[in-house]
This record gives sequence, C-alpha cells and structure tokens, in this order.
Amino acid sequence: MALSKDPGQATAQEFEHSLKDNARQLVDHLEQGDFAEALLVIHAINQARDRGLYHEVGQLTRALHNSIVNFQIDTTHALGDETETSKISDASDRLDYVVQLTDKAANRTMDLVEISAPKISELGGEAAALRSDWQRLQRREMAADEFRELYKRMGDFLEKAENTSNDVSGHLNDILIAQDYQDLTGQVIKRVITLVHDVEESLLSLVRMAGQVDRITGINHAETASETKKTSPRGEGPQIHADTREDVVSGQDEVDDLLSSLGF
Amino acid sequence: MKILIVDDFSTMRRIIKNLLRDLGFTNTAEADDGNTALPMLQSGNFDFLVTDWNMPGMSGIDLLRAVRADERLKHLPVLMVTAEAKRDQIIEAAQAGVNGYVVKPFTAQALKEKIEKIFERVQAK
Repeated sequence: MALSKDPGQATAQEFEHSLKDNARQLVDHLEQGDFAEALLVIHAINQARDRGLYHEVGQLTRALHNSIVNFQIDTTHALGDETETSKISDASDRLDYVVQLTDKAANRTMDLVEISAPKISELGGEAAALRSDWQRLQRREMAADEFRELYKRMGDFLEKAENTSNDVSGHLNDILIAQDYQDLTGQVIKRVITLVHDVEESLLSLVRMAGQVDRITGINHAETASETKKTSPRGEGPQIHADTREDVVSGQDEVDDLLSSLGF
Repeated sequence: MKILIVDDFSTMRRIIKNLLRDLGFTNTAEADDGNTALPMLQSGNFDFLVTDWNMPGMSGIDLLRAVRADERLKHLPVLMVTAEAKRDQIIEAAQAGVNGYVVKPFTAQALKEKIEKIFERVQAK
C-alpha cells in the first residue's frame, strides 16, 4: 500500500505552515481595521484545515479500498474450474474455501480410516484364532480332519492378509495425499493475514492522522470507558501463545490440575 | 448407554463418535448447537452429554446451564470437549456443574480417561 509513514504528520506540518502565514496576514488585516479581509483569512484557515483532513481521509480510504480489491489470488489451478474462481472474490469467500478444503480432507481421512480399521481388526481376529489352532497343532492335539481344515484356512488367511495389506497401504497413501490441503489453505490464510495487516496499517494511519487533526483543532474527546467482560458465553475459540500466558491453560494436564484444585 | 454429541463442526462430531465407538459406546446421536440439543435431551433418554463450548445459536456453557436448570436433566453427566482454554472459563464451567473438561486438541486417551472417571463417579453415587 502506497502510504507515507505518517501522513497525519505531513498534513499537520502543512497546516501549521499555512496557519503561520495566515496568522500574520490576519494580524495585519486586524491592525488595519480591515475586518472583511480578516474574515476571509479565517475562512482560508478553516479551508486549509478541512482540505488536509479530506485529503488524508480520501487517501486512506483509497488505500483501504485498493488493498481489499487487490486481494485476488489465482485459485484456478486448485479448483480446476474457472467458473469456480469467480465465486472466490473476497476474503470471507476465501476463508470459506479454507473451511471447505479442510472439511473435505478431514472427512476423506476419516472415510479411509473407517474403511481400514475394521479390515485390520478382522485380520487380527482371524490371526488370533489361527494361532491358537496352530499351537494345538504344535502340541499334537489335532486330528487329521481338523488339520486339513486348518491347512485350508491358513492358505485363505495368507491370501487375505496380502489383499488387506495392499488395501490398507493404498488407504494410508490416500490419507497422506488428503493432507495436500495444507499447502492451499496455507497460501489463502497468508493472503488474508496480509490483507488484515494492510487494513490495520491504514486504520492506524487514520488514527494517527485524526490525532494530529484533533491536536491542531484543539478537540478533546471524552475517554470512553471500555467495559471488559470476564468471559463471553459464546466462547472465545482457540487461544494462541497459551504456553506464555498466565490466564490460559496450555494442555489437559493444567486443566486437570485446575479442576482438582477446585475439588473435582 | 445413549450419548449425545454436540459440536458445530461435523468433523469433530465424527471424530468423537469414532472414539466413543472404540470405547464401546455405539448408541450416539448428534446435534450442532444447544438449541437443537436441548429438545433432543428433553425427549430422548440420553445417559451422557458431550458438548463443545463455542457454537452458533446456543453455546455449550448455556446448554450446560439449561441442563442443570431442567428438573429431569439436572443429573445428566456432561463432558465438555472444547478449545476454550482460559482458566476463568474452566472455573465457570466447573461452577455451572460440568462433570469433565477436555481441551482441544485432545488425545483418544484423554477422552477415554475423562469418560471413565465420570462413569466411576456417577456409579459410586
């Protein structure tokens, strides 16, 4: 964003110069008893002040607007469909896209786990049954008929173990691939962070500039007392930097300690 | 044992449902916030409630308070599974009568321990 470091400062200096020049003129006119001219000078001072203010507000508004409009990234390659790209045109849509991608990846992963888990547990169960029969065979506690059946079961089991192993390996691979959302969502989130940062910078400039204007014009604002509520019933979401904060627990152990200190 | 899982994210509900199934609890139902959960609890003969805190509509803490204020539901064991990690919030939940508190991200082990602990205590009463 093309903004001077402190636009308010520049405006204030410009205004102060203009004020000094005009003040001398004003005194001259007043001393000469030329009140009509004096009023014109006062009007010019007012205009200079307003011009500076409007100029700064205009500049900052444009910068903010540009920052929001320029917030475009090419997601065509990610979605493979150009009609989809037009839908993703602002930050909240982009964040929705992050929610969609992460949701899809989480569900895909859970689908594959839910398919794999019963297969593995079935295989484990059969292996356990076979092993106990195998031990009976080793202890020579098995009749010939039973042995022929075990012989066949062993063959079937080996085939099934091979197939299940292939299936589950494939699913594990697919689970790995389902994590590719991280790259795409990471890029989107970084863009949003940049946008938020730019907007914050612009707002800070606006605040600084407003401060300068207040100083020049001598306006005092009554401090508005901000009421801080202890906790929100809505919740606050995940806390970051939990390990360095006193008011936040950094894991289950600390929750347990806190609750047991309360008599839980 | 009938369990209601309340979370606004379907993926989290699914994770909890899977973990509960691994622990042998197969009779579960789902709701996406307190407003949908409360009528289900009032008419559904649930034995256990697992709820998130931060949800649109009615939050988990308000659901907990509504459950404790309901004559028929007030003894229902409630486990909170949430990303809310402020000490004040945990104390608030404890004061509102929560039976267990698990912070996200959590492990299957942590969930299992809390659930077992809650059932031990409920049965001891």
